[in-house]
Amino acid sequence: MTGFLSVIRRDLRLAFAGGGDVLTLLLFFIIVGAIVPFAVGPDQELLSRIAPGVVWIAAFLSMLLGLDRLFRPDLEDGTLALYRLADLPLSAVIAAKVIVQWLTSALPLIVASPFLAVILTMDLDTFWRTVLSLLLGTPALAAFGAFGAAVTVAIRRGGLLAPILIAPLCVPILIFGIGVIAPLGGPGQGTAAMLFLAALSLMALALTPFAAALAIAWGRSRAPP
Amino acid sequence: MGRGETILARGLALDVAGGSGLLLRGPNGSGKSTLLLTLAGLLAPVEGTVTIEGHDPDDGPALHYCGHRNAVRARITVRQTLDFWAALNGHTGLGADAALERVGLGKTAKLDAGYLSAGQQRRLVLARLLVSRRPLWFLDEPSAALDADGRVLLAELLSAHLAEGGLAVIATHDDIAVSALTTLQLGAAP
Amino acid sequence: MSIDTTPKMNWWNRLAHPGQFVQWTRPLIWPLVALTALLFAAGLYFAFFNSPADYQMGDTVRIMYVHVPTAWLSQFVYGTMAVSALGTLVWRHPMADVSMKAAAPLGAAFTAMALFTGSLWGRPTWGTFWEWDGRMTSTLILLFIYLGIVALWRAFDDQLKAARIVAIFTLVGAVNVPIIKFSVDWWSTLHQPASVFTADGPRMPGSILTPLFVMFFAFTFLFITLQLVAMHTEVKRRRVMTLERKAARGDAS
Repeated sequence: MTGFLSVIRRDLRLAFAGGGDVLTLLLFFIIVGAIVPFAVGPDQELLSRIAPGVVWIAAFLSMLLGLDRLFRPDLEDGTLALYRLADLPLSAVIAAKVIVQWLTSALPLIVASPFLAVILTMDLDTFWRTVLSLLLGTPALAAFGAFGAAVTVAIRRGGLLAPILIAPLCVPILIFGIGVIAPLGGPGQGTAAMLFLAALSLMALALTPFAAALAIAWGRSRAPP
Repeated sequence: MGRGETILARGLALDVAGGSGLLLRGPNGSGKSTLLLTLAGLLAPVEGTVTIEGHDPDDGPALHYCGHRNAVRARITVRQTLDFWAALNGHTGLGADAALERVGLGKTAKLDAGYLSAGQQRRLVLARLLVSRRPLWFLDEPSAALDADGRVLLAELLSAHLAEGGLAVIATHDDIAVSALTTLQLGAAP
Repeated sequence: MSIDTTPKMNWWNRLAHPGQFVQWTRPLIWPLVALTALLFAAGLYFAFFNSPADYQMGDTVRIMYVHVPTAWLSQFVYGTMAVSALGTLVWRHPMADVSMKAAAPLGAAFTAMALFTGSLWGRPTWGTFWEWDGRMTSTLILLFIYLGIVALWRAFDDQLKAARIVAIFTLVGAVNVPIIKFSVDWWSTLHQPASVFTADGPRMPGSILTPLFVMFFAFTFLFITLQLVAMHTEVKRRRVMTLERKAARGDAS
């Protein structure tokens, strides 16, 4: 357990010490959201209708584009090889990294979402629903993202490949995330979407560290005959 | 044994007993690093197996590997780096301060590890081997970037490790002043 | 390091050896080509001359004879890939990753064909080329997954390493495909409760079923034939790469 916590502490320290990454990601999230009115016109009614979708797309993009920094620096300085020889299982190291990824790339977005809510004229009820759906859905995004990063870490220029691989798998998260905000088939469906979203997040958190650990271990070593 | 689709060595059978060390020598590209990676279990052998006798796999990995890369990251202090590895691999050896003192980095403990020179980073790697006790050390060019004092230090640490019944496999081009070392000469690239 | 020198030469091991595999399956290719051609000839004859035009959709109903088999293959090929991925990971069968690699572009092609014929069919029947209908949407996402897998294969230099990673991704994808399907269905039914396209479909007269059945088998055999040929090509490509590498080393020393 101390090993698990020390991975979290180290990565948090690395993420916030320079301050660069977290702030850049936050800025990207806000700019994507703020650029939409230029594309669709400053019609308040339209904007407030599409605001939850815009917030989700912005969060989706910023979380997928920040994936490469998850394992690549560790690969380049040799830490990843040592993780494989650590007392702590590799899957636990990855689980710790998923938590850090959520803390540094999802939580800041949720904290910043009121700003987008204001400029996109979201009403208060919708805003709270958006925050709820982001809280429930982003853990799954972080977990799938870690899997995508693990699959592509062995590729020298894997930067853009991970988002391409992972985006189709994340469609259900987006669907249920929006389902929580704008329940189409009545409030019952909203609750259903919320439960599905929570189930997806739990399942992703529980399973993807193992898949990612396999991908990293086998991506570095040769298959025995 | 090989890397990618290149076979580097065949029919290699080696047996290293506790308390002794093995020096791997050979020209560049002869497969020293690959053999170390294979022995450490980071690369799977093309054929055959690596077994560690007298070690229960449930106790966790029995070996320390140190490669060309130091796994030292800027923005974390020297002390924090060492604490991190101790937490990850178990506090079973020296305390972090004692280990830093031992490798001659006592004064730099609060510095950002990114400020360390290449040789100092190498010393920090050696400190990592000291904070968690593991019987097997696989070192890839441990003396690279080390000064004369550093090489003496390395030899002392190795002698102490072997004297405690540990085992070491070292790939190097330098002379290491340690008794109880045998040498395996690897041929030129095939 | 010891070497097991007593090879067990049952059919499984024979298939596991790439050279043996090519030798064993080469005689199958021409019969398969002939069978596929025959099925296509029969299927197309039935489809064009021996089946009625639909009373509502007219002649456009004939698109179905291509659309339905390719849509079936878009899922069947993923199944083939997932089974091959298991073969790579669990049994470490060397031909499994060749099969996995050969199937990915074929799957992408069949899925693209299913989408294309679907939208051609959609234009006269629904009045639009694209409808965010549950099936078309999930087929589109499946196409993206196929293309991602093809891109992943191409990104690796070392194909042996690639095989295991692609296998893991394929299996994670296989777990996800039903979830995607379910979520997309949930999403599309909420958006358009009265769909033009009912799931159970109209009762089909035998005159439509016969060509559909024949075409179904024709396309399935087309896939099997192409898959086998692609596997042979891949085995040969790997052999060439090994030879080239050997030659390069020979020149260097």
